[in-house]
Amino acid sequence: MTKALDTNKKVGLFLIAAVVLAVLPFIVGNTLGNSWIRIIDFALLYVMLALGLNIVVGFAGLLDLGFIAFYAVGAYTYALLGSPHFGLHLPFYITIPLGALFAALFGILLGTPVLRLKGDYLAIVTLGFGEIIRIFMNNLNAPVNITNGPQGINLIDPINVGGLSLGKALQVGGTSLNSVYLYYYMFLALTVLVVIMAWRLQHSRIGRAWVALREDDIAAAAMGINIRNIKLLAFALGALSGGVAGGLFASFQGFISPESFGLLESIMILAMIVLGGMGHIPGVILGAVVLTIAPEVLRDVIGPLQMKTFGRMLIDPENARMLLFGLALVVMMLVRPEGMWPSKRRKAEFEDAKEAAAQKG
Amino acid sequence: MDIFLQQILNGLVLGSIYALIALGYTMVYGIMGLINFAHGEVVMFGAMVTISVITALTGAGVDLPGVVLVLIGLLVAIPACMLLGYVIERVAYRPLRGAQRLAPLITAIGLSIVLQQVAILIWGRNYIPFPQILDHDTVEFFGASITKLQIVIIVLCIAIMAGLLMMVERTKLGRAMRATSQNPSVAGLMGVNVNTIISTTFVIGSALGAIAGVMVATNYDQAHYYMGFMIGLKAFTAAVLGGIGNLGGAVAGGLLLGIIESLGAGYIGTLTGGFLGSHYQDIFAFIVLIAVLIFRPSGLLGEKMADRA
Repeated sequence: MTKALDTNKKVGLFLIAAVVLAVLPFIVGNTLGNSWIRIIDFALLYVMLALGLNIVVGFAGLLDLGFIAFYAVGAYTYALLGSPHFGLHLPFYITIPLGALFAALFGILLGTPVLRLKGDYLAIVTLGFGEIIRIFMNNLNAPVNITNGPQGINLIDPINVGGLSLGKALQVGGTSLNSVYLYYYMFLALTVLVVIMAWRLQHSRIGRAWVALREDDIAAAAMGINIRNIKLLAFALGALSGGVAGGLFASFQGFISPESFGLLESIMILAMIVLGGMGHIPGVILGAVVLTIAPEVLRDVIGPLQMKTFGRMLIDPENARMLLFGLALVVMMLVRPEGMWPSKRRKAEFEDAKEAAAQKG
Repeated sequence: MDIFLQQILNGLVLGSIYALIALGYTMVYGIMGLINFAHGEVVMFGAMVTISVITALTGAGVDLPGVVLVLIGLLVAIPACMLLGYVIERVAYRPLRGAQRLAPLITAIGLSIVLQQVAILIWGRNYIPFPQILDHDTVEFFGASITKLQIVIIVLCIAIMAGLLMMVERTKLGRAMRATSQNPSVAGLMGVNVNTIISTTFVIGSALGAIAGVMVATNYDQAHYYMGFMIGLKAFTAAVLGGIGNLGGAVAGGLLLGIIESLGAGYIGTLTGGFLGSHYQDIFAFIVLIAVLIFRPSGLLGEKMADRA
């Protein structure tokens, strides 16, 4: 009896969530304006990115500080194949999967040499990998112009679904639906897909192998898990979601340059996972949404607040925002290292570590 | 002008600065097994503080030789950076000792961001030129040229490194540091105050970082709030190349990396037929880092890498 009720409750919750997500842009658009729908669109992109990185860092426990490189690979693949830069205009159902595939290949390319590395070492090497990709994007404009260097690529094609371009407002009846609405539904659909992928992976044989790898790689190997393959799989699948998000970003923004793919972005995505609750899908989604929305709210709040209290700007809002971000990372790690919404299993791991540390004295 | 010799000389200058910073990484790693991610920011602060002091002095009309001004700047910057190193250890590392490895890394990254933003608040976002108080006379050397300043940098670096090695090998403090790095709990039982030793390590590393920061600023004639990131990363690479945790290794790694980098930047154009130019200089460090970690993860002079790495 209770079980049936439980299932009913779950279905109810699911339906409510679906309805809320479906009408969300209309509510936000009518109260806060289209610029906030844009921010929500970005939040969805970051959810995809964070879930991708979560496979590598959260599930498999491999610390990756160069994740943004895969986002960049996806974005550049889309941009080069769908912009006047080379005069190619391939449709998105070719370029986005291709971008995802390239990203996954790069994931394996990165994963292979670092198989033996763990922890901080892995973090530094992946960071270096991310920087190498960025340096190449910045400089591959001479002698053969491939990436157009620091100027980036302009006029990237918007996604076009069967003749409907998401880049232009859609006229329905008397009202016009801004492009941010259209992208919202596109991103939402793909985000749901990524969530399902991550969810299914986590509860599969592979997901359990990742947990084993994370908790103790030697024991995992002794249990017959092929450490090499399972690590490469984590890198490839994580990169895959990054590549998809990258392609979407390129089409949504219409312009990309190496500047969008710096180390700070990698750190931002890592922070989303860590602050949200590593390895826990709802936690990661929460972290991504909070860390996308909060800075925007701060941007609107910090300036006026200073004007009101001091009568002038003491700190530039951008500066204050980053300062708060850095402080949040430090404070969060000191006070609640397991994140805002950790999974039970993770919490147990943290408590184990704490106990072990306490015993060691 | 002989390009090869010129690049070697440039590499030595660059390399000795890397070595000085790498010592900061390797000392901390040797004792705690952790990478001090905020070390690059200490280097940046060293450069910035020195420039501020010099600018303030010259602005106040103090008429002293350039070298003296830089020394006064250093005398302010070194204690400031030592304090910074101490704070970094207390805030980002001590509370998390024994916690999961990810936590101190994240706090260090967080602190690094905070320090960069504080630097923006104080010094702004633009490049700050190093005051033109040092002469840039060059000395000809078998067809290559080197400035006197660069000679001073190399000599000073070697002197400092020799001093540090002496300290670690010969003094009581050095012995305590070595003991702590081998086994903190046993060192504690033997009467070593482990907390003090760890703090001291951070403080010494930061002092070296401050000096290195000033050298970077004089060598490139400028400083910037973001300069610590790249130089820190390269110095870390140098530490890994030489064998992390090993002081002599950091020195060797730093010099070697400097030479590899400047030779690479000098010849990449001709080697790739003009396809890749010298603006790819920055990737050499990463390529070296990845290659070392694949083929010889313990570094050139390192002992067998412990399981934790």
